[in-house]
Amino acid sequence: MGMAGSLTRDVVQGPPPPPIEGGWGGDGGGGSDGRGAFRRASFTGLYVLLAASTMLFAAFTSAMVVRRGLGDDWLSMPKPPILLVNTAILLLSSVALEVARRSLKAGGRNRFNGWWTAGTALGLAFLGGQAMAWKQLSAGGVFISTNPSSSFFYVLTVSHAVHLLGGFTALFYVDVQALRLSLGPAKRTAIDISAIFWHFLDGLWLYLMVLFYVWG
Amino acid sequence: MSAPTHSAHAAPQGFIRKYVFSLDHKVIGIQYYFLGLFSVFIGMALSLLMRFHMVYPEAKVAWFSKLWPTAAAGGMMTPELYLSLMTMHGTIMVFFVLTTVPQSGFGNYFLPIQIGAEDMAFPVLNMMSFWTTFVALVVMVAAFFVEGGAPLAGWTAYPPLSGAGRITGPGEGMGQTLWITSIAIFCGASLMGAINFIATTVDLRCKGMRLMRMPLTCWTWLVTAILALLGFAVLLAAGLLLILDRSVGTSFFIPGGLLISDQIITNHKGGSPLLWQHLFWFFGHPEVYIAILPGMGVTSHLLATFSRKPVFGYKAMVYAILSIGFLGFLVWGHHMFMSGMNPYSAMAFSLLTMCIGVPSAIKTFNWIGTLWGGKIHFDTAMMFSLGFVSLFVTGGISGIFLGQPALDLYFHDTYFVVGHFHMIMGVAAIFGMFAGTFYWFPKMFGKMMNETLGKIHFYGTFIGVYAIFTPMHFVGMAGNPRRYSDFSNIEYLANLMPVHKFMTHAAYFTAAIQILFLINLFWSLWKGKKAPMNPWNSTSLEWTIPSPPPFDNFAGVHPVVNHGPYEFSVPGAAEDYIMQTAPPSQQTTE
Repeated sequence: MGMAGSLTRDVVQGPPPPPIEGGWGGDGGGGSDGRGAFRRASFTGLYVLLAASTMLFAAFTSAMVVRRGLGDDWLSMPKPPILLVNTAILLLSSVALEVARRSLKAGGRNRFNGWWTAGTALGLAFLGGQAMAWKQLSAGGVFISTNPSSSFFYVLTVSHAVHLLGGFTALFYVDVQALRLSLGPAKRTAIDISAIFWHFLDGLWLYLMVLFYVWG
Repeated sequence: MSAPTHSAHAAPQGFIRKYVFSLDHKVIGIQYYFLGLFSVFIGMALSLLMRFHMVYPEAKVAWFSKLWPTAAAGGMMTPELYLSLMTMHGTIMVFFVLTTVPQSGFGNYFLPIQIGAEDMAFPVLNMMSFWTTFVALVVMVAAFFVEGGAPLAGWTAYPPLSGAGRITGPGEGMGQTLWITSIAIFCGASLMGAINFIATTVDLRCKGMRLMRMPLTCWTWLVTAILALLGFAVLLAAGLLLILDRSVGTSFFIPGGLLISDQIITNHKGGSPLLWQHLFWFFGHPEVYIAILPGMGVTSHLLATFSRKPVFGYKAMVYAILSIGFLGFLVWGHHMFMSGMNPYSAMAFSLLTMCIGVPSAIKTFNWIGTLWGGKIHFDTAMMFSLGFVSLFVTGGISGIFLGQPALDLYFHDTYFVVGHFHMIMGVAAIFGMFAGTFYWFPKMFGKMMNETLGKIHFYGTFIGVYAIFTPMHFVGMAGNPRRYSDFSNIEYLANLMPVHKFMTHAAYFTAAIQILFLINLFWSLWKGKKAPMNPWNSTSLEWTIPSPPPFDNFAGVHPVVNHGPYEFSVPGAAEDYIMQTAPPSQQTTE
């Protein structure tokens, strides 16, 4: 199965192993016993969190669309080219994490450790790249209050970065656990959760880039 | 029927882990309850000060000047002080009482037990959620004590008043900054709580607890959590933008060319106050359902229990809860009929608002259907549930007036609205909390509350709140504006002053009656009669375990559910109720 296939399946249909009994339908709860319930609840919690984050950015987007339509004070701001580099870095980090997950499924713990560490490092590199983008902008005299377009640029990128910082912490936690060889079935949940959260932030970033280049 | 197993986590030792930073959903629920109890008395005290000022605007009170040396210099309240009391009354009541107690308090305590779980899905997140709420309350109350005092912009914090800074009024400096900060923190806490409620309900139901076997309380907690999740995320976004407008000079909400306190505002331009209103009310309308849905759940649960009849139309109730939740996100514009919106938009919002009356009416009809022909037990908990239905109907009817744009244009800034939302969202929700308290106190603390004291408290409160809020509709119709600190000098309002005096005295009376509740609560806590396992002959899972429940709720046993939540007076059954965990072999099932 291709990576994309595995990713879509995880996001759309829920993660492997498929939920045991319980969840929404069927004969009611599988009970709160053991790991199965915790794993299921963790995924539910994750998707619920993603829904909340989506609402946050949807609210920002609608504010941006409305604010852009008001008056004539909206000036399109220059986009620092480093954003494109950052985008590539972020996509690569997601690829690395996904290769790592597949390696683990195939039983390759060392390969997992290597790829996961690479993905985590690339995540940190993205944050560094974002800091450089902000620095370049402010050096060019574009601050948060310069123009509504730059206001929204900073609001959206910083909000995204705060999410990413949370995601990075999770990736880093998994990495430390993996390098200390304390990976077990329970950690599998942490791996899947943090990877899916990271892919979500990836998709969110692509969406923001489109927003900046089309309307920003 | 039940399989013994190991408990999820060992009981903690030591005072701090057990009662302060506890991971136990029951302790956290009680913490939320007492946080709300503390807040409700602050909020009530503020309302009494407001009511006093309205009828004696020029009174000089010595201790006012001690409390507020500048805002009440010489003992006389300034209009700004009145507005800050109003803002803090609304904010504390809405966020720290109505949002907190029915959902985070009772929900935390009873959701896991009613669905047969040992705890919430994420206990650490649960603890963080409470302490984050606590920090939010501390930051909010701190606004009273900073320079300039508490903010003036109301609980809705409309810009430009809330966004342009100190220049717009004394509380609009540090006070308003603390207000927004507190609300942003509160949003975070609510999101954490919502994640826990949803994951717990979806994934931790015990064997046999199908969704359609959940007590209606659990349904309302679930839908409320979904509303909180989606609503508070939007409020957080709006709050962050408002903070930026105030602190770094962006112009999301502040238009250009404003003249404030004889100064032209030059550092903002192009923003839109209406943008804030849209974002705020996209949260704000679901918020009123966040406040009232758990009360509806408790009412449904109690009306069935105390009339010894199944809930009339259980499935219809579930679908009504779901559709109220869904429609709640489509009607925010009815708070903005006054904003100059396109009349076609107003008509759309008005129609959707009428639509939400349908599931609300279904619920009311089914409550009455549940009571019809029942063997009604008039315990205090039941009295408050009946009171809830009464208040919900009264407040709902005035809502139909306000849902009409043409009428709302007249009513919107009058006391009619104040009367409406206090009835339906304020007092009805509070009655839901009282009902929950009298019903669940025996389970939470292992003691019974005093029924006589409870009845006196109920009748006093019921009469009192109607005496406060009914006349508000009439002074509103007479054109009495809201938010004014003093209308004694306005000729056409002078005749209404006796009505205001009546409302103020009714407020004093109602507040005094609440002392009975406090006495009952704390006296019962120490000296109450010992509560049996199931004092009300209820059917749901919390009544199958000791009062108070052991640390992991079911003492390591996983309950198995075989029955719906409201099997009362089943023909042929030995008793007039069948516990949800009763064996299915019983001849009288389903």
